[in-house]
Amino acid sequence: MPAYQFILNGQTVSVEAPADLPLLWALRDMLGVTGPKYGCGVGVCGACTSHLEGEAFRPCIQPVSGVAGTRVTTIEGLGGEGLHPVQQAWIAEDVAQCGFCQPGQIMAAVALLRKNLDPSDADIDAAMSDNVCRCGTYVRIRAAIKRAARALREGGATGEGSR
Amino acid sequence: MLSRMADRPRQNEPVSVVVDRRRFLTWVVASPALVVAARLGLDVPEAGAAEAQEETALNLYIAIQPDGRVVTTLPRTEMGQGITTGVAMLTAEELDTRLESVDVRTADADPRWVIQLTGMSSTMRYLAGPIRAAAATARARLVTAAANRWHVLAHTLTTAHGEVIAPDGRRAGYGELAGDAARVLLLLVSPAPKDPSTYTVVGQPTGRIDARDIVTGAARYTLDLDVPEAVPLVVARPPTLRGTVRDFDASAALAMPGVLGVTRLPTGIAVAAHTYAHALAARDALRISWAPGPASHLSDADIRNRLRDAIGARPLPPLFTARTLEGRFDFPYLAHAPMETQSCVARVTEDRAELWLGAQDPKFAQREVAEALGWALTPHRVTVHTARAGGGFGRRFFAEAAVEAALASRALGRPVKLMWTRNDDMRHGRYRPASHHRILAYLGANGSILGWNHRAAIPTVEFPHGFGDALTAILGTVLPEVTSQVFFELTQHVPYRFGWVSQELREVSIPIPTASFRSVFTSQVGVANEVFVDQLARELGRDPVELRRSQLKSARLQAVLDKVVLEGQWGRALPPGVAQGVAVLEEWDSAVAHLVEVDVTGAAPRVLRVVIAADVGLPINPKSIEAQLQGAAIDAFSTTLSAGIHIDSGAVREGSFADYLWHRMKHAPAEISVHLVRSDDRVGGVGELGYPSAAAALTNAIARAAGTMPTRFPLLDPGV
Repeated sequence: MPAYQFILNGQTVSVEAPADLPLLWALRDMLGVTGPKYGCGVGVCGACTSHLEGEAFRPCIQPVSGVAGTRVTTIEGLGGEGLHPVQQAWIAEDVAQCGFCQPGQIMAAVALLRKNLDPSDADIDAAMSDNVCRCGTYVRIRAAIKRAARALREGGATGEGSR
Repeated sequence: MLSRMADRPRQNEPVSVVVDRRRFLTWVVASPALVVAARLGLDVPEAGAAEAQEETALNLYIAIQPDGRVVTTLPRTEMGQGITTGVAMLTAEELDTRLESVDVRTADADPRWVIQLTGMSSTMRYLAGPIRAAAATARARLVTAAANRWHVLAHTLTTAHGEVIAPDGRRAGYGELAGDAARVLLLLVSPAPKDPSTYTVVGQPTGRIDARDIVTGAARYTLDLDVPEAVPLVVARPPTLRGTVRDFDASAALAMPGVLGVTRLPTGIAVAAHTYAHALAARDALRISWAPGPASHLSDADIRNRLRDAIGARPLPPLFTARTLEGRFDFPYLAHAPMETQSCVARVTEDRAELWLGAQDPKFAQREVAEALGWALTPHRVTVHTARAGGGFGRRFFAEAAVEAALASRALGRPVKLMWTRNDDMRHGRYRPASHHRILAYLGANGSILGWNHRAAIPTVEFPHGFGDALTAILGTVLPEVTSQVFFELTQHVPYRFGWVSQELREVSIPIPTASFRSVFTSQVGVANEVFVDQLARELGRDPVELRRSQLKSARLQAVLDKVVLEGQWGRALPPGVAQGVAVLEEWDSAVAHLVEVDVTGAAPRVLRVVIAADVGLPINPKSIEAQLQGAAIDAFSTTLSAGIHIDSGAVREGSFADYLWHRMKHAPAEISVHLVRSDDRVGGVGELGYPSAAAALTNAIARAAGTMPTRFPLLDPGV
């Protein structure tokens, strides 16, 4: 069986798997990285959204062979030592309900803010509408993205909220 | 977990504590650590209760650990509704300790839990009292222990931040006092909970205690748990609902790499493999001949006709009826579609089973699994650990995944982690039933409203899990077995002075599996009523708000309606094609009103703005209440406009969020503001409160913008 090497959250990893094995299962079942969630397996819900070379992508429809030699970042690798400003904003706005979709939502938001530090409502609609939140936290997701954008523009942290 | 509680003798009699005019019994269940249990006093034996405490049913318990941390253990499941944060707040408030010092744990299935069912918006309504009673008792014991230790008058001591403090400045942490506190024989200060007017934690908008775990990916759901040796498992399922296996050939699948085993289940063929990718590939390679399910002769049109036919002839109108208005409404089947599909980890040995799943009713799961394994008489052999659930909405009252995982684990001789695919979850689940409604409004010659008759034809909603005594606790009366009919009678009310009011459920037997859905019957009956109230206003040439105000029986509803009228600026000038709608609901000891502004000038109606006012009595965590109401509104808008299930010859058409059109960011309003109105300090329910009047207010807004009343949901469904 072929082995595929890539950089996962800053560390080089190698998985032996068929070329077409969706990356989500390499992450979850072989590497024990469970932040990306299974929500549909066909790329329509966004629960597994992670980053491939800094761009949002769907590990559930990405063959593992395609990430060989690349940098993959999951929610676990986002903050490094502390919390990423988007994660801080998510806490400050108290976004999560069941939380299952939120790793994917956060990764999609980070990808958006990497390209656009002052997203309009229409920009947020366009970037975030591939992710479903069944609990309906969209109003707070929007607020958190705007909060994180402000913090990133000002180069500071966003605070951890009222807790 | 419970067995650990009773391993020491008890020192004293139970203490009776009154909260909100209800009596709770609290008692110490263990030392040297201090563990205080509580239960609602409704059916507590008056004397000798201390004798049988080890077997005594209870609602929850609070433990003060030697390190000063506080653990509240409760028989409820966190599915996103924020109860763990609310429970931690109540505990911290009454104990005078830091919120950060409180952990909240979900208990395993155990017959001693009086109610172990998370639903009916009952958690805070039902548990806020016993939590306060237990925490206040624990505090009284800690103060007494410090007084005894320091030989000072107990009433001169104060508590703050997890310490007892003496007037001379001496301090002792709760952890170091816990052992003495458990051995206290006579309380020297009152165990009465605080007056809500003195609260400093409860009532403050507070972020979720598990927010950090969630945003870092550390929060673990069933399939994220690290159960040693558990292998991925998926199940091949029939094309039709409840179809069955005629025969199958697994030879090709078994020859595939990574495959660990195949076994036949009552519901399909299970495949275990090293990864889900391997299991799914092997599942596709199974050759199975299926027998059609019991609904294979039914499609949407047949079901709609059956429901319509069940409505029957009009009853005789009340005397002096000059005119009768009729409204007819069709609601679709709905899938709960939680983000986390049904899943379960199971380890079954010869005589034991251990399961992990996000169950809304772990005791039901335990019973079902025990029965499936042939242990109906010894259900204690089955341990059910309740995991954090990725949404529930009523779906997780049932535990099909637990039964499947247990059977597969036994057959394959290894622990398994069963995952339903999204397709499985959409096409083989349980559904909020479809329904057809006829509402008749009887008008007198002068435009007076003489009567209201609502007949709802609904396929039987399955409640095999029962409600424990949840309904008893809420209604204060003991009920026989709760059927659809009983539940309908208990929950469906018309809040208006409409003369002769009657509402009837016509149950229709249709072999499509059902389950209660957020707000149960009110998601249809309550919505239809509020939409038809607007129609009545139109027919009478009256303003919908003015008509409601003139007929509402409840002061709480009047207050929340007034609030949205004020905050939402009812009647303000709007551009053409944009309109407002309102609706109200009183249920679960709470009252709510919605004002929705919608724009119908585009291809699909777009909600622009939502104003909600809610009276939930004592608001424990306003932030969490706001979240529930915002989420329920999105739930309501999704299912009112675009999300519905279709049945084609006994099969569910929708397979994922690609065709089950749940709202996404681009559909969501920019603003959903929530205003709290507080009529008293009773704790009202919130989880289900926000759905029906959100759906009705949106429909009413669309009707006012478009000039005609929509009658078939979801509104954007082309109907083929």
